[in-house]
Amino acid sequence: MQTMRETFLSTIGAQLDADPRLAVVLADISAAQLEHAAHRHPDRVINVGIREQLLIGVTGGLSLSGMRPVAHTFPSFLVERPYEQIKLDLTHQGAGAVLVSSGASYDMSTEGRTHQSPADVALLDTVPGWTVHVPGHPEEARRLLLAALPGTGTVYLRLSAAVNAEPHHGTGFQVIRRGGAGVVLAVGPMLDRVLAATAGLDVTVLYAATIRPFDAAGLRAAVGSGPADVVLVEPYLAGTSAHLVTEALAATPHRLRSLGVRRDREVRLYGTMSDHDRAHGLDEASLAGTIRAFLS
Amino acid sequence: MTTPTTTPTTTPTPAPRSPGFADLPGLMSQLTGDEKHTAAATSTLDVLWVLYDRVLNVTPETAGDPARDRFLLSKGHGPMAYYAVLAAKGFIDPAELTGWTSAESRLGTHPDGTLVPGVEIGSGSLGHGLPLAVGTALGLRVQRLTGSRVVVLLGDAELDEGSNHEAIALAGRAALERLTAVVIDNDSATHGWPGGIGRRFAVEGWETRTVDGRDHEALYRAFTAAHPPRPLAVVATVEPRD
Repeated sequence: MQTMRETFLSTIGAQLDADPRLAVVLADISAAQLEHAAHRHPDRVINVGIREQLLIGVTGGLSLSGMRPVAHTFPSFLVERPYEQIKLDLTHQGAGAVLVSSGASYDMSTEGRTHQSPADVALLDTVPGWTVHVPGHPEEARRLLLAALPGTGTVYLRLSAAVNAEPHHGTGFQVIRRGGAGVVLAVGPMLDRVLAATAGLDVTVLYAATIRPFDAAGLRAAVGSGPADVVLVEPYLAGTSAHLVTEALAATPHRLRSLGVRRDREVRLYGTMSDHDRAHGLDEASLAGTIRAFLS
Repeated sequence: MTTPTTTPTTTPTPAPRSPGFADLPGLMSQLTGDEKHTAAATSTLDVLWVLYDRVLNVTPETAGDPARDRFLLSKGHGPMAYYAVLAAKGFIDPAELTGWTSAESRLGTHPDGTLVPGVEIGSGSLGHGLPLAVGTALGLRVQRLTGSRVVVLLGDAELDEGSNHEAIALAGRAALERLTAVVIDNDSATHGWPGGIGRRFAVEGWETRTVDGRDHEALYRAFTAAHPPRPLAVVATVEPRD
């Protein structure tokens, strides 16, 4: 199976051939993989070098000129470093773009804190209007990308090395399993381990590959009239979507447990992604323990 | 009394006179309520006037034309001169100048490109206009809209922002000949630019011209004289900031 990043790079290369309004903006990352596309479309594969403020500024300018730009690099450098450019050069100007990151949260597990950015989705939450896709499978990533390219809005596509075994296509929060003792919302690559961790539990499991806009109606439908227990399992900062759960269930008595990348301290850890899963309580065994304790 | 045999002649109503440079102080007074304007408030006035009066191919009627020239005000603070020129050129009603910065007005102390007709970008935070201009110039070139100029106005202190240096380097390598950066130099950068501002652009492959920022003819020539296929930086020197 291709990785999400490989799927993105091959798909965007083909789309450059199909859509003359499309431009890809890079800051050296993935430039080698897009060399063939750049050879065919030298004006529309723009590598600005290691200049991430400019990466987003140029993306905004391309959009203002009438193009549909796609900017791509690691999330630390796509969202965190040029945060003000995202706020001003895109949203404030009313300029649309598709931002595609690769290397979510602790995908680059041996690279240390400099290459980890579990705050990306929380940061985008501070700027209005962003659609945020967190696919759990390369085929989902491919379809979400193809749907985003012809549009005009601001879209963030968050690619990860963590994947589920099968894709789950569809819009809104999808009901993967039904139960009566609570609702667990699994975002993107968290689904398979959530299903395993909740095996034998009488819970509804929802799946979201698109987390913004937040499918409040889907969550309310799954919860019913309450009282309800809700568990949020996100592959980025714990509680990133908690405010939207609270808003969606404002009229429903409920308890909420938010799981994700820990935010109480910086985890200074190398090792594998599995090591990081355990450190953040996002491995299957930890999730099973936390969810069972919350629901009991 | 005899009936007139000819249609009575009346004095024809003169065509409304287009506002000129001399009208700008009056328009600025509507914003500030002040007949005297500091050098800081007018540092951009001459450059803006020459651009909108003689250089830029954009009017209120063509402000949405994909092939229009673009003017990006990066130095978004102190926009009184900008609003005055936009009013003189018909982009906004001069009556709108009174009451600026109020909740009912579209005109703030930093301009918002989504609110004000003819304003290409919202600005105020420094260091955003040149990167946006580079992206716009790249996009116009891709779309073969090569008749369109992209002119961006910065201040010399604004060049302190590293994002501008990222943009200066790329624009030079990309030979963006339709891009012009005009830098108002009122000597306000905290640590200065040894050797002059033009040098910063020149080493990155830009054509550079340094002129008196109050001399309209010199500015016009600097903006319009032919230059090799590379971006153009016009450094417009004005009185040092107080």
